[in-house]
Amino acid sequence: MKIVLPLVAVIVLVVIAFAGVGIAGMQFLFGVLIPYAAIAVFILGFIYRVISWSRSPVPFSIPTTAGQMKSFPWIKQNKLDNPSSTLGVIGRMALEVLLFRSLFRNTKTELRDGPTITYGSEKFLWIAGLAFHWSFLIIFIRHFRFFMQDVPLVIRMIEGLDSFLQIGVPLLYLTDVVLLGAVTFLVFRRLSMPLIKYISLPADYFPLFLIMGIAITGILMRYFTKVYIVGVKELVIGLLSFQPVIPDGIGVIFYIHLFLVSTLLAYFPMSKLMHMGGVFLSPTRNMANNSRAVRHVNPWNYPVHVHTYAEYEEEFREKMKKAGLPVEKE
Amino acid sequence: MAKVTTPKPAELAEALEYTTPKTEWMDTPTVIKPGTFCWGAKGKNLGIVEFPNARDWTPTEEDWKLPENWQEIFFKGMKDLLGKYRSFKVFMDICVRCGACADKCHFFIGSGDPKNMPVLRAELLRSVYRNDFTMAGKILGKIAGARPLTIDVLKELWYYFYQCTECRRCSLFCPYGIDTAEITMMGRELLNLFGLNTDWISGPVANCYMKGNHLGLEPHAIMNSIEGMVDDIETITGLRISPSFNRKGAEILFVTPSGDLFADPGTYTCMGYMMLFHELGLDYTWSTYASEGGNFGFFTSNEMAKRLNSKIYAEAKRLGVKYIIGGECGHMWRVITQYMDTWNGPADFLEVPVSPITGTRFENSKSTKMIHVAEFTADLIKNNKLKLDPSRNDNLILTYHDSCNTARGMGLMDEPRYIINNVCNNFHEMPENTIREQTFCCGSGTGLNASENMELRMRGGLPRANAVKFVREKHGVNMLANICAIDRATLSASMDYWVPGVGVTGVHELVANALIMKGEKERETNMRGDPLPGKEGN
Repeated sequence: MKIVLPLVAVIVLVVIAFAGVGIAGMQFLFGVLIPYAAIAVFILGFIYRVISWSRSPVPFSIPTTAGQMKSFPWIKQNKLDNPSSTLGVIGRMALEVLLFRSLFRNTKTELRDGPTITYGSEKFLWIAGLAFHWSFLIIFIRHFRFFMQDVPLVIRMIEGLDSFLQIGVPLLYLTDVVLLGAVTFLVFRRLSMPLIKYISLPADYFPLFLIMGIAITGILMRYFTKVYIVGVKELVIGLLSFQPVIPDGIGVIFYIHLFLVSTLLAYFPMSKLMHMGGVFLSPTRNMANNSRAVRHVNPWNYPVHVHTYAEYEEEFREKMKKAGLPVEKE
Repeated sequence: MAKVTTPKPAELAEALEYTTPKTEWMDTPTVIKPGTFCWGAKGKNLGIVEFPNARDWTPTEEDWKLPENWQEIFFKGMKDLLGKYRSFKVFMDICVRCGACADKCHFFIGSGDPKNMPVLRAELLRSVYRNDFTMAGKILGKIAGARPLTIDVLKELWYYFYQCTECRRCSLFCPYGIDTAEITMMGRELLNLFGLNTDWISGPVANCYMKGNHLGLEPHAIMNSIEGMVDDIETITGLRISPSFNRKGAEILFVTPSGDLFADPGTYTCMGYMMLFHELGLDYTWSTYASEGGNFGFFTSNEMAKRLNSKIYAEAKRLGVKYIIGGECGHMWRVITQYMDTWNGPADFLEVPVSPITGTRFENSKSTKMIHVAEFTADLIKNNKLKLDPSRNDNLILTYHDSCNTARGMGLMDEPRYIINNVCNNFHEMPENTIREQTFCCGSGTGLNASENMELRMRGGLPRANAVKFVREKHGVNMLANICAIDRATLSASMDYWVPGVGVTGVHELVANALIMKGEKERETNMRGDPLPGKEGN
């Protein structure tokens, strides 16, 4: 159920776009209105979510310290995993965001007879995660060739690198293969590992299937069923310059691709995909471990009812005197 | 209360497996199983600290005696916490359920219960959050991973938030740093809004509030306990030392968990502090009012933790000391490192700690003005201020257990190792995935060190014990050193259960054994009264 439902949802999305454009001829709706709405939802939703997180303060300094703290000069501090300065935090966050430092630590716990428990290195999730996110990013950047009249050199260089194997016509992009492979692995991983399957929600499968759909339609367009590429570029540039046009002759597959992308954009802010923004706001990662040296201020710190020394002495004065303890009041 | 029997290690190990039930977790009812939960809080103890809904209650009974509007209280509390803690809000929203944390939790490893996977423990609460605080959850319900807060859900939350020791091991592996400790703290805070606490936590909290320490030791009892140790020190060393209490004008206030005053092997460590301070001629005092370094309030609510913690600075101010030294303890040091100064500071009436012996200025504590005794001692050894005879510990083959809080909530890792390497000759590390930042919890932190939940404790203690077993078989390790009072109390039990023959010791007990004191007699025994190596025949 939790797997079939999101799969069906993505298929329905494809059918809607196919019917809407291929049968009902609603190019303007799928090519202009929905993409605009989706981008608006994405931008506003993303900002709204980040602002709503930021409005909650960080009352305590709670970094997860993952190495030796700053101590004596003769003890080596782990400056990246237990940073005590802003520079260290920037380093830690860069490793986290760009290279998935924490996932790199991942181990696999195995239970054997005895019992004996072992913790083997487990890098597949890290590799698949990196492959997925980086290829997605490169593909996104590559798409800028459709967003601009003249393709900048940097985009052409990325394209060149991405297709350096020089296979086929048009040249095969490595990232297309990697993205599809990584997404497939991530789905397979959820399905094949009982514990991971157990914790998975429809909201975990849906974005994977959706991105798979986006990748497949993209690959189909580039390598198999051609679309009228000049028209596509006209449409996209029209959208970006707020002078939307619907050129004739763009294949329906492009509209399906665009509709799935629009869905992803609109879905993004209300989903777990917001981890993209959230990772920067995670207090266990983005704070310096210096709260013993620099006082962290809690904006909502308030006075509390305490049991004072005077009250304590009041209760125990006789016992204290008898034991020879000094007292404030005789 | 009925006596709960704990399965034998072999039985427990035999039945252990990592499988999932046939039904989805939301459709799998939680059964509150004897041996895995602590008795409910007593009304009397909740009342002492003005907690709401103070009444006696029993977790296994149907009726938990909740106020009529408990759901309303829960949601109001949740809204409040979401507005106060960015961590909570972000952690409720961004988990992608990648499962990296799933097999990192000692309770999952030792129990195989899927709801003990950190991700699922958090989902227990996240599902409630989605149902009432997110659009998707309100519209799509279960499809969006949401579920309404029923009484059974509440009981499940209680059961599993008291099966988490806030050790933060999961947080280390999470790509977004989602910290189950934080989620458990929020969960427990919510449960405390209507008195869903345990006896083992609320009793010490009430004690600590009224009497200054978890054990409820009154002033004269603290003195008696320390006097007893002074006698023992005299027997062992021939030296009579005279600690002072509540003394104004002392340079240093010393605060340690009260567990050190009470039971073996903590008392040996406590004697170690006193012998060291005596040897140095340190101008320090104990306090009977601030006689607790630990903070069980931290396992109930933020406010309660702050109320208990306030005594340390208040007493330092009243006595007019310059700074504070804290003893070996785990969660105490998370609190001191990440909370105390924020709650009850700034401690502008104190001075930046400077070791009177070495002159070292502790810049890393220049705001809290409180240093860890392991830092203090490591600095002494580095500066050659102590005469040590490590061979007095030659009967010991040691390994070292990092406590969760000093490792992942502070980063104090090399100081204790430096000390151990200077006071002992035989030291072997456990496997790298089980020490330092990857260390495993003893299985009994956050106030789970009761006796009625012994099965849970032994399950949670399995990963740590298993790593000890590895070095026992490989190197013949017979002693597990640590810097945590709860460890000293609870690892003894889990070692006896899983790895019989391994003892548990504080680091300063080892220091005390090795420390050559001015004017001491020729020592025949170690701190425990066992003959020193080479003196067995005497």
